[in-house]
Amino acid sequence: MKLITVAGPPSSGKTSVIIKLIECMGLPKGSVGVVKFDCLNSFDNLRYKEADIPIQTGFSGKICPDHYFVSNIDDAVQWGMKLGFQMLITESAGLCNRCSPYINGIFSICVIDNLSGANTPRKIGPLLKLADVVAVTKGDIVSQAEREVFAFNIKQVNASAKVIFVNGITGQGSFILSKYLQQARDIQTLRDMKLRFTTPAAVCSYCTGETRIGESHQMGMMKKMEFKEL
Amino acid sequence: MIRQDFIALATDLSIEDLLLEYPIASDFLANLRLNSIPKQLSLSQALEEVDEGILQEFGLDKFGVLRSFCEFMETFTPAEVSLHALSSLTIIGGFNKSREPENISLTISCGEIISIVGPTGSGKSRLLNDIECVAQGDTPTGRRILINGAELDDLQRFEMDGKLVAQLSQNMNFVMDLTVSEFLDMHAKSRLTTSAKQVVEKCFLCANELAGEKFMPDTKITQLSGGQSRALMIADTAYMSNSPIVLIDEIENAGIDRRQAIELLSKREKIIFVSTHDPLLALSADKRMVIKNGGIIKVLDISDTEKQSLKAIEELDNTLQKLRNRLRDGAQITVDLLKS
Repeated sequence: MKLITVAGPPSSGKTSVIIKLIECMGLPKGSVGVVKFDCLNSFDNLRYKEADIPIQTGFSGKICPDHYFVSNIDDAVQWGMKLGFQMLITESAGLCNRCSPYINGIFSICVIDNLSGANTPRKIGPLLKLADVVAVTKGDIVSQAEREVFAFNIKQVNASAKVIFVNGITGQGSFILSKYLQQARDIQTLRDMKLRFTTPAAVCSYCTGETRIGESHQMGMMKKMEFKEL
Repeated sequence: MIRQDFIALATDLSIEDLLLEYPIASDFLANLRLNSIPKQLSLSQALEEVDEGILQEFGLDKFGVLRSFCEFMETFTPAEVSLHALSSLTIIGGFNKSREPENISLTISCGEIISIVGPTGSGKSRLLNDIECVAQGDTPTGRRILINGAELDDLQRFEMDGKLVAQLSQNMNFVMDLTVSEFLDMHAKSRLTTSAKQVVEKCFLCANELAGEKFMPDTKITQLSGGQSRALMIADTAYMSNSPIVLIDEIENAGIDRRQAIELLSKREKIIFVSTHDPLLALSADKRMVIKNGGIIKVLDISDTEKQSLKAIEELDNTLQKLRNRLRDGAQITVDLLKS
């Protein structure tokens, strides 16, 4: 089974891109499954069901979404293998722009949209920096110049990535994206494979449910901000 | 320049000199929050003083920073040979939506203007899709697209990196909060244009020539009218975009000289597809492609009779233009004005 990881900021168009991509690949119905990692709630399962795509949704809830992803991804692979999928696509939101649910050797796509501001690519971290392909959505409503500036800013942080403009509504661009997926390799398990980047550090008192504010309640891994005299 | 030369920039040159010679390197530093490292040192020396913790947040160590610096500089050094040296584009027919063959082979050269006509949903976007991904019989239409008479392999198709086609359409907007000149500067920078200043100036003058109502360099791009926006987009595509193919999806009538706009693009040696039902534009093209049911049903040369009627259409258009200008100036419209 081939595994593809798709990540990107909320509402950037991940689900639309994935649905168009699956349409484009022309694999038999039901042979491409999706696992959606979300935080609290998600309505994308309805869209996948509408498109007849097998879908499984998991909510990280109070756990860091990245930690949740990495502790469940191999189970997702086993689920996909059991159902006999030819391809499994995972979808997860890079909520703090620091996440990167990418695994060494596993094909990864970052989805970001053209409306998110010209400098956004320079602010997103490993989520963008470590992706193999960057799919840019909503390019049909901004000017050619803004698309080009946006692509330039993506190249600034991820020089080796391929930048593909995908229209999540008409599917324009998803064909060439699907061609890239042919490079994805077959796997049976992810055991002992490695994430491309560490997940956000955690385990402070707030991770374990502390709600009170103040130095005496802060324990564990903390990072304090430096306030300079102006 | 090879990668070793880029390493030399990081070891032999002070950051101060580096930034003078390669201003874009300041973006590299900013991207890694390294803007305030000591500039009198070389990058590799300065990195010795940087807190490793910050670098780790970006998933890098000192060596990694140097490596990505080289990658960065390599990416943003203009390539000497352009991949997009396109002189002709050939469309070889596939099938329409009913799987009937298209029977067509059309070669289009740079500077040519092709208008595309056909009802909504007839397959214009299917055609554009094929051109954009340089279809090799592997898209739903089965069409093949040749570049300079040759097929491309997948690797070459990927190399296009989405830069083959520039698009302009009615529902495109400016979304950045910038003035016209800031915007043009930013685009010029991303294009690594060496003569940025002249190009920006040319672009601005040309946009103003195309626009019905003039605008200033310090006007916010989001405040431009529909016609002004379109004019700026066209001038920008003509002078700054390096995509050899331009697809125009209906340019609105008001506030822009459409024909002049299209002529400008063709003078820049681009291949132009105009999807339009405007007779003036359709007849000013070199050829007209008719699309129906997902297939190209014919390609028409503009006939002499059509060329003659173009004159009459031009007159009609000029008359309308006059009426628009009068309205804009607060004048009144009389029946006499309709007799050109």
